[in-house]
Amino acid sequence: MAEEKKPEFWRWTETNWVNPEVEWKKAKYITVGIDVGSVSTQAVIVADGEIFAYGNMRTGSDSPNSARNGLNFALEKTGMPESRIDYCIGTGYGRVNVPMADRSITEIACHARGANFIYGPQVRTVLDVGGQDIKAIQCDDMGKVTNFLMNDKCAAGTGRGMEVFSDLLGVPIIEVGERSYEVKQEPPAVSSTCVVYAKSEATGLLRKGWTTGEVLAAYCRAMAERIYSLVERVGVTPEFAITGGMAKNRGVIGRLMPMIGLEQAKTKWDTQIAGGVGAALFGYALCQKGKGREKK
Amino acid sequence: MLANYGYKDASGDFFITIDTEKCNGCGDCVEICPAKVFAVIDEDPNDPMREEPVAMVALDKKKKVKYECNPCKPSVDRPPLPCVQACKAGAISHSW
Amino acid sequence: MISAGIDCGAKTTKVVVMKDGKIVGKAKVLTGFDQNKAIMDAWDLALNNAKVSAGDVKQICGTGSGKNAVKSCFPSTRDLVNDIKAMGKGANFLFPKARTVADVGAEEGRAAKLDDKGNALDFAINEKCAAGAGAFIEAMGRALETPLEQMGLLALKSDKEIPMNAQCAIFAESEVVGLIHAKTAKQDISKSIHDAMASRIISMIRRIGVNEEVVMLGGVGYNPGFVEAMRRQLSIPKLFIPEEPEFGMAVGAAVVAAEED
Repeated sequence: MAEEKKPEFWRWTETNWVNPEVEWKKAKYITVGIDVGSVSTQAVIVADGEIFAYGNMRTGSDSPNSARNGLNFALEKTGMPESRIDYCIGTGYGRVNVPMADRSITEIACHARGANFIYGPQVRTVLDVGGQDIKAIQCDDMGKVTNFLMNDKCAAGTGRGMEVFSDLLGVPIIEVGERSYEVKQEPPAVSSTCVVYAKSEATGLLRKGWTTGEVLAAYCRAMAERIYSLVERVGVTPEFAITGGMAKNRGVIGRLMPMIGLEQAKTKWDTQIAGGVGAALFGYALCQKGKGREKK
Repeated sequence: MLANYGYKDASGDFFITIDTEKCNGCGDCVEICPAKVFAVIDEDPNDPMREEPVAMVALDKKKKVKYECNPCKPSVDRPPLPCVQACKAGAISHSW
Repeated sequence: MISAGIDCGAKTTKVVVMKDGKIVGKAKVLTGFDQNKAIMDAWDLALNNAKVSAGDVKQICGTGSGKNAVKSCFPSTRDLVNDIKAMGKGANFLFPKARTVADVGAEEGRAAKLDDKGNALDFAINEKCAAGAGAFIEAMGRALETPLEQMGLLALKSDKEIPMNAQCAIFAESEVVGLIHAKTAKQDISKSIHDAMASRIISMIRRIGVNEEVVMLGGVGYNPGFVEAMRRQLSIPKLFIPEEPEFGMAVGAAVVAAEED
């Protein structure tokens, strides 16, 4: 008999994966990038510039251990000892809390580098919408940043803002996208940008008889408009790639793309690992330049 | 690299942009700012391959730039901004 | 001459009735989702409180985010004034020497530099962002699981300074939860909340210039923790706060209504 559990609307699937085509024992440099986000943590292991393994899990409330847990999760199925790692880069919101990092690099630089890898060198604009921030980045064909902005001050448009609504409406966050299209006619966006005021506005709409789908649609549209206004500032140039958890939210991305007016670049990789990939690749570049750890 | 520090929220658009191609890390902006908004660091955390120091908006200020910059931005008779004037390379600009 | 000022705000609707330059009655109701009903309810209560009848009121003036609803309830209303003007006139009536006024309502924070007649020479507004308004303290009260009325008193018990990193009500909530997990004393957290709020309001006031006689209007005037944080950060001996600070704008509107004759 299943226990009555309080519904956790924010829950999504944690994954780890190992690349069967990479033989770690033959690699010259093995580097790891650990991206500790406010909501999720990814550890990516790169062997001579190829993705060897990664793990993606919820950060939880204990940031210092998140890096350790993330790395263990990534190493779990590899059969490789941690001691084989030549260099470790910490990135993300909690990058100060990656005790095993040799150096920390911002998510900005890592997302650009990571997007260049997972989407290809033709990517020029990277949008990352994470749990607590929105980053808009322009980069060159080497994945070097040429223009960026990061908003981590205001919750509007972030994953956290979405969680508030998911909670308010009792819709699991992974279903938000689909449910937001359960409308006869696309409603106008919620008028308040501020999540606190948007929440009051939504309560008013529900009282007026709006359905859950309609309120979600109105909010997703407001989030899309908000995100668009940020990207506009750094400029939108093809190819355009989206990384971070919000990339998986069809409700927002589906409404954002027509505003952007470009096709969204596609990748076979999980978009949430972009930061970790970039971090690991920087580690690799630093090792190649002779700036890696001193070999004992 | 154009580094846009600050934010946009429902009350407006508040960004201080530092053009790191022009910035040489001299630190004049750090000296002149009454609110200590700027800092110079040796290793640019946004550009790991950069060898020169670079100026940035201090981490404890970037979410409050609208408030921190208020004393230099009265609504009437606004004089030229001290940080913009101090930067000989012309690397600093404000969006508001 | 009897005039009335109606301030239809985001959270509450206030009505003030004035006769020959004196306040003779007032009333306040929750605005809720029906502005028109709130206005009429507050109107009836205020008339009752003032012991005047609707017909006695010569002129009405509306203000607040719902001022258009005032016009639709009372089509003969000539005047609708913006919040800044109502705030300035209200501050001037209550404290004729006032030259700086700040009014922090539920959803908006405003500050103005005034002349000796209460006209705004310069003003600044924190609008559309909960971090700059009473909504911030309300949200933090929920995160701290402390009733709003007790938040201020709680803050007064602390003398610690814990800077708040978050500048957003939603992120601040997470930060407060984090502090609670780290076993920080509730009173210290409450003080941190009020300090953070005050610093934003003061920065807005600094934009227009601080004059020593600072008047505080709006519901947050009841919050001793906030008032003390403001006073301390401004380094002044005291703030000038009327007995019922949330009526400030309605008073100003009533003054304007009387002026029109």
